[in-house]
Amino acid sequence: MDTFRLFPIEASTSAREIDYLYFGLTVMLLFFVAVVFIPIIYFSIRYRRGSQANRANPSTGSNLLESGWTLFPLLVSIGFFFWGAMVYYHIEKPPRNALQVQVVAKQWMWKLQHAEGKKEINELHIPLQRTVSLTMTSQDVIHSFYVPAFRVKQDVVPGKYTTEWFRPTRVGEYHLFCAEYCGTNHSAMIGRVVVMRPEDYEKWLRTGDTSRSIISEGRRLFHEKGCSGCHVGSEAIHAPPLEGIYGRQVPLASGEVVTADENYLRDSILLPGKQISAGYQNLMPSFTGHISEAEIMQIIAYLKSLGEQPRSDKEGAPENTSEQK
Amino acid sequence: MNDPAFTNSSTRTATATVVRRSGEMSQTNYLNREHGLRSWLLTTDHKRIGLLFLWTILIFFTIAAVAAALMRVELLTPQGDLVTSETYNKLFTIHGVLMVWFFLIPSIPSVLGNFVIPMMIGARDVAFPRLNLMSWYIFVLGGSLALWSLIHGGVDTGWTFYTPYSTTYANSHVISMAAGIFIAGFSSILTGLNFIVTIHKMRAPGLTWFRLPLFIWSLYATSLIMVLATPVLAITLALMCLERFWGIGIFDPKLGGDPILFQHLFWFYSHPAVYIMILPGMGVISEIIPCFSRKPVFGYVWIACASMAIAILGFLVWGHHMFVSSQSIYAGMVFSILSFIVAIPSGIKVFNWTATLHKGSIGFQTPMLYALGFIGLFTIGGLTGLFLAALAVDVHVTDTYFVVAHFHYIMVGGMVMAFMGGLHYWWPKITGRLYPETLGKMAALITFIGFNLTFFPQFLLGYLGMPRRYHAYPPEFQVFHVLSTAGASILGVGYALPLFYFIWSLRHGRIAGPNPWRATGLEWQTESPPPKHNFIKTPIVTGPPYQYSPAEDEDLEVATV
Repeated sequence: MDTFRLFPIEASTSAREIDYLYFGLTVMLLFFVAVVFIPIIYFSIRYRRGSQANRANPSTGSNLLESGWTLFPLLVSIGFFFWGAMVYYHIEKPPRNALQVQVVAKQWMWKLQHAEGKKEINELHIPLQRTVSLTMTSQDVIHSFYVPAFRVKQDVVPGKYTTEWFRPTRVGEYHLFCAEYCGTNHSAMIGRVVVMRPEDYEKWLRTGDTSRSIISEGRRLFHEKGCSGCHVGSEAIHAPPLEGIYGRQVPLASGEVVTADENYLRDSILLPGKQISAGYQNLMPSFTGHISEAEIMQIIAYLKSLGEQPRSDKEGAPENTSEQK
Repeated sequence: MNDPAFTNSSTRTATATVVRRSGEMSQTNYLNREHGLRSWLLTTDHKRIGLLFLWTILIFFTIAAVAAALMRVELLTPQGDLVTSETYNKLFTIHGVLMVWFFLIPSIPSVLGNFVIPMMIGARDVAFPRLNLMSWYIFVLGGSLALWSLIHGGVDTGWTFYTPYSTTYANSHVISMAAGIFIAGFSSILTGLNFIVTIHKMRAPGLTWFRLPLFIWSLYATSLIMVLATPVLAITLALMCLERFWGIGIFDPKLGGDPILFQHLFWFYSHPAVYIMILPGMGVISEIIPCFSRKPVFGYVWIACASMAIAILGFLVWGHHMFVSSQSIYAGMVFSILSFIVAIPSGIKVFNWTATLHKGSIGFQTPMLYALGFIGLFTIGGLTGLFLAALAVDVHVTDTYFVVAHFHYIMVGGMVMAFMGGLHYWWPKITGRLYPETLGKMAALITFIGFNLTFFPQFLLGYLGMPRRYHAYPPEFQVFHVLSTAGASILGVGYALPLFYFIWSLRHGRIAGPNPWRATGLEWQTESPPPKHNFIKTPIVTGPPYQYSPAEDEDLEVATV
C-alpha cells in the first residue's frame, strides 16, 4: 500500500480493462501532440523572422485540410467513445451471484456488513477471485466509495441506493478513499480493502463477532418493527403480500408499472405514499426516523430472500437510476 | 468618407498618414483627459471601465493565489500539519470561488474585451456605456460580499456547493458567499448583453460579420453563454439558499428533495461556464498568432464557426461531470459522445493556428511566446479532457488530481496564458508605453516551466488514485506533491514579475506609438493611448482582417526598430 510507484497496482478484473483504455488514450494523446507540436517547432525554426525560407504563395485556407482535421479526430473520438462506453457498461452493471456487502456511509466513516452478518468499519475483507457487490447509501451527505487499485468509484448518495462491484485478482491491502468532498474530515474518511485467499477469508468470517446473517436480522426486524402485522396474512388490514416481491413488476394505483428493486422497497418503507400498489389504500405509516439505513438494508435483504423472482428486465435499466421512480 | 487610410487592407498607409509616428505620446487621450477619483468612478468610457475591472480582478487573483500557495505548502507533507482540515477546506473553496467567478470569468471579457471590442469594430464605445459601468459596480458589490464571507470565517463547501452538504451540513457562510456569486452573475449577464448589442449594432461601415476579427467572434460566442447560462446559476444558488435558510425541501432527501438535481442544475451552468473561461482566450490567440507570423490567419471561417459550435455544444455536455453520481448509465453514454464531439471544434482551432505559422515570418516577442505556450498547454488540457469523456476511465480518475491537472491545463495553462499574452499585446495600446521585452520573455518562459512542473505531476498523481480536496494523504504520494509545490513557487515568480515591470513601464517604458506590432486591427489605427472616443474619424472597412504579408516584412523590420 505505502510504496512509491508511478503507476497504480492492478488488483481487479476491471482494473485491467480500464488500464488498456487508458493506454489507448495515451497513444492517441501522443499522436495528436506530435501532430501539433512537431509542425509548430518545425515552422518556428524554419520560418523564424529573418530566415531564408521560401515564403511564396502562403495559403490562407484549405477546405480539404479543414475537412480532414475535422473528420479524422471525429472518427477517432467515436472509436474511443464506443470503447469507453463498453467498458463502462460492464463495470456499472452488477453481475449476478456476487457476494453481497451493504455499505452505509456517514461523516466520516464507512460502515459495512457482509451477507453473513459480519460487520466492519472502514475496512472491507473480501476473498480473492470472487465477485463482490456493494449496495450503498449515505446517512447524511454524498460520499464516494473509491478503491484506486480496483479502478472503481461510485458516489454514495443519501436517499437512494447505488451499487458497485469488483472482482479482486491480487491478494493484498488496498486504499479505500472517500472521493466526494463531504466536509471537515473528508480526507480522514479512508480505510482499506483487504483481499484474502478464500480459505483465509472463510476463517476470518468465523472469527470475532459472528452475529446473525443479514437475512435473519432482517426477519427479526420485519417482526419487531411491525411489518408482519399487516403484510403477513392479516385479515384486518388489506396490505400487499411481500413473498417474491423483489424483482417483480408492480402495477401502481397511478396506472404505472414499476420494478420492485431495492430503491422501490426502500421508498416504500420511508415514503409509503409515493408509489401505491394498485388495489390498495395508503394506510402504511412512514418509518422515516424510526429505522436506520442499516436496518432498512437488512429488511430488504430479508424480502429478497422470500423467493426472488427472475428480473424481467435482464438487460434493462440498472438499479441505481432514479429514472424509474 | 472612403478614406483608404482607415481601411484594413492598407495598414501601412494608415499608420503613416493618419496618426503621429512613434516618439511622443498623444496629447489628450482617455487617460489624461480627466483626472481624479471621481473621473474614474463615474466614467462611462469602456477603456477606463476595462481598467477598473483589471485592478479589481487583480485583487481577487492575488487572494486566490495566496490561498493556493498555502494549500501547496500544506501538501508538502502527507500529514495535515500547517493548517487544520477546516481551514484547508476553506482555502480550496476560496481559491475555486474567487478564481472562477471573480477572476477567470471576468478576466478577458471584462478587461480586454471591454477595452478592445469597441475599438476593434471601429465604435466610439459599447452600446450601453452606463450599463457597462453598472456591471462593474455590481461586480464590486458581489465581490465585496464574497470578501465579507471570507473575512467572517469563509466557506467550506468547495466551489461546487454540492447538496445536501451545502444546504444542511456545512457550518460556514454559505448564503452570503452564494449571494456574492449571485450578484456577480448579473455583472456577467450585463457585460454579455452589452457586447452582443455592441457587436450587432455598432460595427464600422463595411465591417461585415466575416470581416470581424476572430477575437470578436469568440467574445460574441462567450457573451451568448453568459446571457443564457448565468441565469441558471442564479436559480440554482437561490434554490440552495431557500433550502438552507427556510428548510424548503428541494435537494436534501431528508426534506424530500433530490441531491442529484442540484448537480444537474449546477453543471448546466458550470459546464458552459468552462467555455466562458476558454473561448475568450482562444480569441486572443487568434489575434496574436497572425500578427507575429505576419500572415493572415489560416481557415478564418472555420475558426469563427468553431467558436459558435463550442458555445452551442457546450450546453449539451453537463452530465459528463456526473458519470459516477448515480445518473443513469445511458444518460452517461449520451453525455460522453457529446463531450467527444465538443472537442472537435477546439481541435480545428489548434490545427488552424498551427497552419497559420506555415510560411510566416515568425517573431518571438512576449505575446507570441504566451500564445505558443497556450497552444501547447491547451492541447494537453484538451486531449486529457477526452480521457475524462471516455466513461470508464472517468470512473477511475474523476474527483482525483487527474481532473485537477486537466482543468488547470485549460484554465491556467490556457486562459491565464492567453490573458497574459493579451495583456502584453495590448499593453502599448492601453498605456501608450512598451513593457521591457527581455523581462517579458523571461516571465513567459518562467510561467511555462513553472506551470508544467506544478500540474504535470498531478496527472500521474490522479491516475495513482489521489483524491482531490484531501488535506492529508498517504505518504507514497508525497514526491509528486513536492514537485508540484516546487513548480508552484516558480509559477508564482512568473506571475509576480509582470506585475512589477508593468507598473515600472507606466513611467519608464519606451513610448509605444500607435502600432508597435504593425498589426492590422482597427484598434491599432488610432493613437496610443487612444483618444476618449477612440477614433477621430469613424473608420471604414473595405477588406478582410489579418492582411499581413510575410514577404514584405523583412524591410519593414529595419524601418521600425
